[in-house]
Amino acid sequence: MQLTGAEIILECLKEHGVDTIFGYPGGAVLNIYDALAKHSDDIRHILPSHEQGAAHAADGYARATGRVGVCLATSGPGATNLVTGIATAYMDSSPVVAFTGNVGGPLLGKDSFQEVDITGVTMPITKHNFIVRDVNQLHNVVRRAFQIAREGRPGPVLVDVPKDVTVNKTEYRRQEPLPLAEHNEQVTADSLEGAIEMITESRRPFLFSGGGVICSGAHRDVLEFAERVGAPVSCSLMGLGGFPGNHGQFCGMIGMHGTKASNVAATQCDLFIAVGARFSDRVVSNAKRFAPDAKILHIDIDPAEINKNIKTHYHIVGDLKYVMQRLNERLQNSAVEPNQDWLQEIAQLKKAYPLTYPKGNGLKPQYVVERIYELTQGNAVIATEVGQNQIWSAQFYKYQEPRTWISSGGLGTMGFGLGASIGAQIGRPEKQVFNIAGDGSFRMNCNELATAVEYNLPIIVVILNNRALGMVRQWQDLFFDRRFSQTTIDRTTDFVKLAEAYGATGLSLSRTEDVDDVLMQAMNADGTVVIDCEVDPNDKVFPMVPPGAAIEDIITEE
Amino acid sequence: MNENVNRHVLSVLVVNQTGVLSRVAGLFSRRGYSIDSLSVGVTQREDISRMTIVARGDDATLEQIKKQLDKLVDVIKVVFLPPESSVYRELVLVKVNADAENRSAISGIVDIFRGGIIDVAPDAVTVELTGDQSKIEAFVELMQPYGIQELVRTGLTALQRGNRTIGLDDIELDENYSEIGRTPHHG
Repeated sequence: MQLTGAEIILECLKEHGVDTIFGYPGGAVLNIYDALAKHSDDIRHILPSHEQGAAHAADGYARATGRVGVCLATSGPGATNLVTGIATAYMDSSPVVAFTGNVGGPLLGKDSFQEVDITGVTMPITKHNFIVRDVNQLHNVVRRAFQIAREGRPGPVLVDVPKDVTVNKTEYRRQEPLPLAEHNEQVTADSLEGAIEMITESRRPFLFSGGGVICSGAHRDVLEFAERVGAPVSCSLMGLGGFPGNHGQFCGMIGMHGTKASNVAATQCDLFIAVGARFSDRVVSNAKRFAPDAKILHIDIDPAEINKNIKTHYHIVGDLKYVMQRLNERLQNSAVEPNQDWLQEIAQLKKAYPLTYPKGNGLKPQYVVERIYELTQGNAVIATEVGQNQIWSAQFYKYQEPRTWISSGGLGTMGFGLGASIGAQIGRPEKQVFNIAGDGSFRMNCNELATAVEYNLPIIVVILNNRALGMVRQWQDLFFDRRFSQTTIDRTTDFVKLAEAYGATGLSLSRTEDVDDVLMQAMNADGTVVIDCEVDPNDKVFPMVPPGAAIEDIITEE
Repeated sequence: MNENVNRHVLSVLVVNQTGVLSRVAGLFSRRGYSIDSLSVGVTQREDISRMTIVARGDDATLEQIKKQLDKLVDVIKVVFLPPESSVYRELVLVKVNADAENRSAISGIVDIFRGGIIDVAPDAVTVELTGDQSKIEAFVELMQPYGIQELVRTGLTALQRGNRTIGLDDIELDENYSEIGRTPHHG
């Protein structure tokens, strides 16, 4: 049948099972919005306050559900407002398809009103992008965009559609989504045997589990593997939820704000097994002193991650779930037995250096996070902003399931959390969603409270309000002689009133003994809640690896 | 400079469409890879172009360059062309000061290098010369004393020796030039 470009976009979305998109109207996408109005039974459109919110929401939706998140913006400023959100998704390998309108073909390249070269702008922050110059190409481009976003290591794809392409008509025929390649060509019996040999020889194996475990859905297989091998397990920030946080072998995060147990175990192990992780600088710190006695076995779907940041001794490139299942089959018939002495050693370290914080003297942010964990029994979805709020949320909530932890790891985007929690709540309506924020991050994109209220989303925003840009302030405190340059924001904004002005419930919290009551009140309330928690700007994130140090030289307190 | 840093010639098959040069060039600049030259042109198939890139780096960097190129969706294939099994050529155009007195001397050198004079003016000649980089450098050195007014090089282009090819007959592209059947390794 003959359809306009705008209708073809929507039909292709339906082919891929997309029932929700996050977008913001504008001149160049008028035709798409006109078509959306006719398809409102099939595709729900969520209107944020700002295009950045749409991008973060699409990303949060993708992270919470594993499905592709879709956002839509108009040309020019609409498109550039998506950029931070797209870069955030790119750094954390989140499958997002972003559509932008552009000026009509004849006006392209003429500096027309609201024209921007968004494919040029987003080239380094997308897996791939397209500009569609002919309506006859549109259906194939959209299908290919979804395929690229999902395949292998996921990531964002942008499709730029000039206005005339949305009006022009062509023949459309429904198609099933393109198949995804499996990327397991390199997983051979020989390559698996090589890994098994290393594991058999190892007396002190250590497992480092990254975000790839979650992308691949390999969490159960990784758990089985860890138990068979007898390896202490640490996660990267992106890997949280990929391994049960209350499991006996779990040692907490590794790296800059990891635990003493993880960092020491990584340094003392004789086999460092990294699965679905990329050895970020926040993990490795000083590369020369990282796991000095260990052989490094790296398993990842992206061949470019092998030997990029850390030289490996052995690697397998393939889909993690597939690889771990093949390894588990072989381990079942092998002589590999957990080394109880090694596990005991690490258990002692865990006992000697638990994650802790100074008690007394006012409300502690770590305590608030701990209570959220206890009161939700670990069943919530936690989105965070970036900084101290993020690391405390990573440390003091024990994530049990994949896709319950949603945080900007690679790009470290302040202002990510509220939009992301909106996407997560829409994707997982049955879940209690929290956005744990700092006052600085919350202020960046708090306009999205309007969106949460508008769609009656029961998100609880917990602002750990220290009236400062806490993480930068912490660095100034520790490494810049306490010169708190521009980090003591201490503005007079009343977040409770602000919440109420947006139509949300605003609660304040300043006493430790009120934490449970206030959290319960928020969880039982209808609609969006903001809790303004008064905390001390001198509270710090520990443990911490000082810049340039080896990870074993982690500082556990001030 | 690191003594392990070497010059390598990469041949890259790409989908012949808008933006592909910018994607490849952008990859080199944002990841800080050194590039000596890049030349590009269409192959015997008009939907596929071939880039010849001369890059510098140690082995680890070269491994990354190849892998990162492989991740670009528009890149079909990347191969290294080592000197022992490849032919390299580059074209240079040189405009040299030449009056009636020394024109024949210059012409003699050009003949020895099997180049050609393609334009003559009362006080200058323009020489065309093809060869590998060392031949071109040797020629340019001999022209220096006469005074070089301007010089332009195309950058290296290269093929494998013998009957081996990069193999583009089996590649299928759909009508929109997005490849079918290929499985890019992504990031």
